[in-house]
Amino acid sequence: MVEFWDIYLLPALIIVGKILLIVVPLLVAVAYLTLYERKVMAVMQLRKGPNVVGPFGLLQPIADGVKLFFKETVVPTGANKVLFLLAPMVTFILSLIAWAVIPFDEGMVLANINVGGLYLFAISSLGVYGIIVAGWASNSRYPFLGALRSAAQMVSYEVSIGFVIVTVLLCAGTLNLSGIVMSQKGDLGLLNWWFVPLFPMFIIFFVSILAETNRHPFDLPEAEAELVAGYQTEYSSMAFALFFLGEYANMILMSAICTILFLGGWLPPADWAIFTWIPGIIWFGIKIAVLLFVFIWVRATLPRYRYDQLMRLGWKVFLPFSLLWVVVTAGFLVYFDKVPA
Amino acid sequence: MIISTIAFYLFAALTIASAFMVISAKNPVHSVLYLILAFFNSAALFVLLGAEFLAMILIVVYVGAVAVLFLFVVMMLDINFAELRQGFLQYLPIGGLVGIILLIELILVVSGWVLTPDAIKIGMETAPLVSNLTNTEQLGQVIYTQYAYLFQIAGMILLVAMIGAIVLTNRKRPGVRKQNIARQVYRRPEESMAVRKVEPGQGV
Repeated sequence: MVEFWDIYLLPALIIVGKILLIVVPLLVAVAYLTLYERKVMAVMQLRKGPNVVGPFGLLQPIADGVKLFFKETVVPTGANKVLFLLAPMVTFILSLIAWAVIPFDEGMVLANINVGGLYLFAISSLGVYGIIVAGWASNSRYPFLGALRSAAQMVSYEVSIGFVIVTVLLCAGTLNLSGIVMSQKGDLGLLNWWFVPLFPMFIIFFVSILAETNRHPFDLPEAEAELVAGYQTEYSSMAFALFFLGEYANMILMSAICTILFLGGWLPPADWAIFTWIPGIIWFGIKIAVLLFVFIWVRATLPRYRYDQLMRLGWKVFLPFSLLWVVVTAGFLVYFDKVPA
Repeated sequence: MIISTIAFYLFAALTIASAFMVISAKNPVHSVLYLILAFFNSAALFVLLGAEFLAMILIVVYVGAVAVLFLFVVMMLDINFAELRQGFLQYLPIGGLVGIILLIELILVVSGWVLTPDAIKIGMETAPLVSNLTNTEQLGQVIYTQYAYLFQIAGMILLVAMIGAIVLTNRKRPGVRKQNIARQVYRRPEESMAVRKVEPGQGV
């Protein structure tokens, strides 16, 4: 019995504890990301934003959550019930499990696996299922159109995301995410991060993650002017809330991936004492917050893309360019004998 | 480890069960979803074998891309499910015959499989362990160093197949209004705009 406790139960409990340590702050972050978005957009549009519930509207996300929780779950008569309810769960779960391999600080990672980069790529490519299944199971025109758009869009932009990840891997010489962060450590601090030598890829990656998370200006799957609310038209109550949470958790996740690949993860921007006193996880959070600000900034600024232009950008601009850049980077590394061992 | 044994049997059973559901599900969309479940469980089996790179590639390529396109096509099919059920008994004899022939062939092939003594001897020896390399690096060394040319040829064949498919299906339709981005960008106000003084009550 004691053996059973030592070998199986205790490690299992520790892992569950670690998972809760990641998931609970993440959900709080998602709740406050919605407030952050509304406040930032309000300031950009000379409004006040939510300011009634709690001081400065700080309790607004909780009020929203409670409201959604007490609404009625409506399942349309013609819908495929199992898949209809499965789809939001898939979206939500996929946006959580990717966090298993994200390193928050040196050694602060749930699963430090060797193929971390590939794992993230695999999980982000699965995100399309929640949306496409939701659209089909709703058995309704607008959700179906939204789902088809989303499937085509996410598959297209994944290709260039893949090539961007390959370039970073070529430079870092490892698929391990902690290893990728450590490869950006150096005397120059901020200038050692991969976004300096790979600046064009950084831009491509950022635009692609906007498309991958279905955010403005690529939010065609839920374009409210044309498709009511796209794939989530028929959803209400907690099913809708799960889509919402999943979408925002995905935004944070993609910003975290971008931080790890290009912005040096938990590393401080310079090796000065003031900066190194601040723990790495705070740096990681600050970088994610900056990227999320850009997400919101883009939403408040740019008009929506037309669908054919979206496809043109993905296949005719990003794909050839990122493919070329992979070849150029590989050639550079081999020619100057800088291939990481 | 008892846990990994239990995990193996769980994933293996799920793989077989979902593979069976792929062919027996009435609704083709459900079939594709079961196919995805089967891919997932096979990926889990790869992880149990220690081949994490293959597991991830299986998910990225098959679940992330191929199955999405399957689903995409299958969802747009216009199928009458009642009609689909009617044909089942009608085609059962032919389908069953084909299945039985395939089964017999498989049994004949597997039972007739003879290994030479040398091959058995090689199989008995343990492979040299290169423990300090991850299996991503090992695969890379085999594919990109040892079999680099074959790998390139395989890639070229796939590329040719892709271009062939595009050429065969691409139709040039006259009269399609396409957006020419370069022309739009290079358009100057002088070419496309004219400012006229319009007399009141006369029009242009």
